[in-house]
Amino acid sequence: MNVPAAWYLILAAVLFGVGAFGLLTKRSALIMFMCVELMLNAVNLTFVTFARTLSDVGGQATVFFVMVVAAAEVTVGLGIVVAVFRRRSSTSVDELSEMKG
Amino acid sequence: MLAATSPGAIVVFVAAAALILGGAVGVLTVKNPVHAALSLIMTLFGVAVAFVAQSADFLAAVQIIVYAGAIVVLFLFVIMFLGVDRRDSVRLDPLVGQRAFAAVGVLITVAGLITLMARSHWVTGALSVSTKGHALATGSQNVKQLGTAIFTTYLFAFEATAALLIIAVVGAVMLARRERVADPEEVDV
Repeated sequence: MNVPAAWYLILAAVLFGVGAFGLLTKRSALIMFMCVELMLNAVNLTFVTFARTLSDVGGQATVFFVMVVAAAEVTVGLGIVVAVFRRRSSTSVDELSEMKG
Repeated sequence: MLAATSPGAIVVFVAAAALILGGAVGVLTVKNPVHAALSLIMTLFGVAVAFVAQSADFLAAVQIIVYAGAIVVLFLFVIMFLGVDRRDSVRLDPLVGQRAFAAVGVLITVAGLITLMARSHWVTGALSVSTKGHALATGSQNVKQLGTAIFTTYLFAFEATAALLIIAVVGAVMLARRERVADPEEVDV
């Protein structure tokens, strides 16, 4: 018998919290992207847990699509980081203040 | 609740949780971005362990191949390309109390999620209506079941992801491309 689903859900919630804290406090755009990956993985873990609990493969299919979107997001995001770095020689998000209102 | 749980499942869960949380905390605490990427691999591996433990075998393989194999390598490429930057500024804190506010907000969010989970009864043990009573398959049957779902129920979404990936690749190439001056005479002017 597998462990109760609530354990995995709490683990996913804590992982999401760690990722969100890093996203809010870090300055480096690269580390912020890694924190977004942590949050996406927390959501994936929740989906798989509910797929197991409800015996529905739809949750796993959703995780598959989340992975594809995450791959596309990282590709474009890192392209933007490289383009910004070429212009400013820094990846710190604090220095990108031209669009400040 | 614990009486029905086999000790092996608990060991697997504890190992996966240690990998996941250790890696996640590592991403936030280490100074060197390369080490942060390696900590990220640890977390992704732990999530893959949790996937296997919950009979999502195909997704565990994809998790290792795509996330740990491709996405983290892409991170490492960019880190190497830009040069390792260790200045992640604990001292300069332009927004006053940013860390404290972030910590409080995250704590409220996580506590809210856990409270919501504890007080509601989503996990009733009943099967989903859309499965028509079929249990979730494990092992190689899991690949078959997931493939059938993706190529029938979710076929349109699957085709849309193909377009999404092409657009992402073209966009990344356009963003990372170095601007080439077409006409050298214009530079002199």
